[in-house]
Amino acid sequence: MNLPTRILGFWQGRRIPLAILLLTRQPVRLAVALAGISFAGILMFMQLGFRDGLFDASVTIHRLFDTDLVLISPRSTSSVSMASFPRRRLVQAMAAPEVEGITPVNWGLLLWRNPETRGTRSILALGFEPNDPLFTDPELAPKARVLTQKGRVLFDAQSRPEFGPVAEWFRAGRTVESEISGTRVRVAGLVGLGTSFGADGNLLTSSETYRELVPNTPPGSIEVGLIRLRPGTDPEAAARRLQAQLPDDVTVLTKEGFIAFEQNYWRTSTSIGFIFTLGAAMGFVVGCVIVYQVLYSDVSDHLPEYATLMAMGYKLTSLLGIVAREGLLLAAFGYLPAYAAGQGLYLLVRNATQLPVYMDTTRAMTVFTMILVMCMASAFLAMRRLADADPAEIF
Amino acid sequence: MGSPAAIHLEGLSHWFGSGGMRRQVLQGVDLTVAPGEVVLLTGPSGCGKTTLLTLVGALRQVQAGSVQVLGCQLAGASRRDRQRLRRSIGMIFQGHNLLRCLTAEQNVQMGSDLLPALGYRARRDQAREWLRAVGLGDQLHKLPHDLSGGQKQRVAIARALAAHPRLLLADEPTAALDSRSGREVAELLRRLARDNGCAVLMVTHDPRILDVADRLLRMEDGHLEEGGAPAVQPLATLAVE
Repeated sequence: MNLPTRILGFWQGRRIPLAILLLTRQPVRLAVALAGISFAGILMFMQLGFRDGLFDASVTIHRLFDTDLVLISPRSTSSVSMASFPRRRLVQAMAAPEVEGITPVNWGLLLWRNPETRGTRSILALGFEPNDPLFTDPELAPKARVLTQKGRVLFDAQSRPEFGPVAEWFRAGRTVESEISGTRVRVAGLVGLGTSFGADGNLLTSSETYRELVPNTPPGSIEVGLIRLRPGTDPEAAARRLQAQLPDDVTVLTKEGFIAFEQNYWRTSTSIGFIFTLGAAMGFVVGCVIVYQVLYSDVSDHLPEYATLMAMGYKLTSLLGIVAREGLLLAAFGYLPAYAAGQGLYLLVRNATQLPVYMDTTRAMTVFTMILVMCMASAFLAMRRLADADPAEIF
Repeated sequence: MGSPAAIHLEGLSHWFGSGGMRRQVLQGVDLTVAPGEVVLLTGPSGCGKTTLLTLVGALRQVQAGSVQVLGCQLAGASRRDRQRLRRSIGMIFQGHNLLRCLTAEQNVQMGSDLLPALGYRARRDQAREWLRAVGLGDQLHKLPHDLSGGQKQRVAIARALAAHPRLLLADEPTAALDSRSGREVAELLRRLARDNGCAVLMVTHDPRILDVADRLLRMEDGHLEEGGAPAVQPLATLAVE
């Protein structure tokens, strides 16, 4: 049978769309069901969005680095507690033939004084040699030149407003000065990096200024070493070779490994991932209960009609099919508003928190799958009620 | 005799309840209905008429005796066999049992949808044809909710006929119809029986339609008695129930 005949056959063989009629002829119940499913979907979108946003946001800075390999201290646990290691190790790495360039980076959370309210708040500060490449973004290099002057910082314009109206003042042409750990600094430019769960704001400065801001830093100690490899080098293999050559007071990671290291901390060493996953699971359960209620009462209400259909010669499986199709339709029509609301809420969250919470395809699919499973599981449970449809009782 | 009898019952007995509450409703019923024959069954309520219908309609497991419907032995038949047989049996219930969410036309089409050989459009046209035949050609798109009791019953009759049954079981189908349309429906049922060799077994108390029957049966306490040739006069008293 060729395709057109088959399509024609399907069209010819179609029947009264009972599932859709059963649902739509009771608009109030349908609305309740869809509202419930949408609510569950929104809950899942929010919780999973926050969770993924968190993991994503924790590596906002990590992604920006212009590097193939990263040296860190084995004692470092995350971006909020980076331990130092001797800068010598990075220079030693330079000796390897595949290494093209290095950038030593100081990394620490420092106390920034809000120039307006005079309150302090911890900010992530990165110190580097202004002439060294740091980020892949080419706009940084010209801006970094001003850092050669002592006491100058580049302020992240996307930092949370609690750090003060630094960006507005700077753009308005004012001289913005503040204090970091008691040392006066001047904002010499703005960069756009983005906040993370670990750091509400960022600033860049020179290694020289950084050492002044953190007076007890031993000279020649850094927290992060960036290593750029010659084109065509396999980062994984190079990382293994370097790790073997260098003493074990440093850990060699690829850039992906560095990102994974940070995400892994938030995933496993804090309860945040668990909490948000649990939140999504709650949404799932709430949705299940609502859909089950709706489908169960729907089947119960129509029991004599289902029994009539059985008496007419309809198979039990075709009746089960009707309930399954109802579940499928509820899933599809409940998902759409949840998706739209999810988009809106993500926008709201982005504006309020600067967290990178976006609707990605994977999550959209995950939530749809959850809703589908929820509806089909409920339909499956409601089908058991059909066993009570005894056609002999309807005469 | 090429084709088998539409219904052939031998020693059919049936009990309800169990233990001390066990009560026999059918006591060794014998009955043969020929293809195309119209048989009317009367009797006081609770005498087992409806039980007989559900057994013949393959809706209940046979407990004792032999039940052959359209050549198929129902004693010991599987669920699947009974379901398949039900497709060849049209049923009209005491309550109309229409699907509330479907229009009159769609309800009838639920019956013609059981005919897989026909295309959607043909089945729909057929549904309309049947509705016209029961006098509801202008009510195609009304929901059962908007139809009168008599109209609903007529839709139910159209639905039963739409599946091209070879046997029609009806439980007081004309009770809710006025005398004119009750008469029409009875005539229609008879015409169908004649045209398609479709047998009819109908429980009724309606004295106005007794004359469409080829044979009248009377049931009393689980026993079946031949009522002989249709005689309107003495049976008129049965309408009081």
